Amino acid sequence: MDMENEILTGSVIGDEGVLALEELARACGAEAQWIIELVAVGVLAPQGRETSDWRFRSADLTCARRVARLQRDFGATIEAAAVMIDLLDEIEQLRARLKQAGLDVD
Amino acid sequence: MEFKDYYKLLGVERAATADDIKSAYRKLARKYHPDVSKEPGAEARFKEIGEAYEVLQDPEKRAAYDQLGNRWRAGQEFTPPPDWAAGFEFTPGGASAAEATDYSDFFSTLFGNFSRHSASTRAHGEDHHAKIFIALEDAFHGGTTTITLRSPQVNAQGQVVLRERSLNIHIPKGIREGQHIRLTRQGAPGANGMPAGDLYLEICFHPHSLYQVQGRDLSLSLPLAPWEAALGATVKAPTPTGVVEVKIPPGSQSGRKLRLKGRGIPGEPAGDLYLVLEVVLPRADTEQAQQIYHTMARDLAFNPRHSLGV
Repeated sequence: MDMENEILTGSVIGDEGVLALEELARACGAEAQWIIELVAVGVLAPQGRETSDWRFRSADLTCARRVARLQRDFGATIEAAAVMIDLLDEIEQLRARLKQAGLDVD
Repeated sequence: MEFKDYYKLLGVERAATADDIKSAYRKLARKYHPDVSKEPGAEARFKEIGEAYEVLQDPEKRAAYDQLGNRWRAGQEFTPPPDWAAGFEFTPGGASAAEATDYSDFFSTLFGNFSRHSASTRAHGEDHHAKIFIALEDAFHGGTTTITLRSPQVNAQGQVVLRERSLNIHIPKGIREGQHIRLTRQGAPGANGMPAGDLYLEICFHPHSLYQVQGRDLSLSLPLAPWEAALGATVKAPTPTGVVEVKIPPGSQSGRKLRLKGRGIPGEPAGDLYLVLEVVLPRADTEQAQQIYHTMARDLAFNPRHSLGV
């Protein structure tokens, strides 16, 4: 079979929770316990009540990987990384509003 | 292949202590970390810094690198000496920011075959991540895109080398920026017959010449003639799925937003398309045009600064 012409179809990770705890942990190259801590400090908010029912969405994946990078590259604790994430989100929203208002900052 | 001066990249002396190196790295990371930096080219710069740190923070790698001596300059054409790294045993894994796929050819040649052993001790292959840029139109109609990935693979000699591979990927209709496409078993190969990891692709849109994207909604600046805005009109407007006719209410001002429901990115629910009205003045570059402006000035009794109290 000519691999060059094969078209791969993946599954979409969107706004609905689809990733289970173990899947998210593996995607971050981390342990499940670390994800559980992120949920405990409120960085991630999965759908589902029990740990085994937790399902994470696209934004959780982006956020968790970001925390992982911030922890790794700055030696930040989970709490410090959580504050950084909140501030970065706020900056992003403000930038988006500036852009909408035609005031590009870049 | 170009020689990389890792000391210069981190801005430290060759005699720098481990603490000096860590502190120099942390400072540069604060400046260029792609999560916190808006500096142009931050990401590329950060990868270089990460690679330099990866080598210099590790006593074994640093000692091997130091063995190359002072003979080389940054950017100089480089081939590793035949006895390269003889007598060194690198410990797998690294502490730095760079992911294996981000390493330069220089790094991969020197350390590549030692850097990924940690993966093979895990049963399941690692998941890989990449960003892909697609056209906004692909989110409306679906499409395919081809990406080229560099990923570490084990060759016949048991060394880990970076290999390029191309993948054709189906882009499903309705996908939005920031969402992911997960391709199972397209990540790192698993060890001892265990399954490969998955490949996660984060979706980004190329900037569009007409539309701004906010989540599932789009906005478009729609120019209007003063009489269209003042008297109301039916005008044509582009949408990603074709031209539509839009009713402009009389008395519209610049900045007013008209919402075209369901004309944003398709889905359940579909996004909306916001038309941001922008009144554009005809130029007064003919006598006739000037005459019309003079008439308005005389007959309209209009003070645009009324709200300023002047």
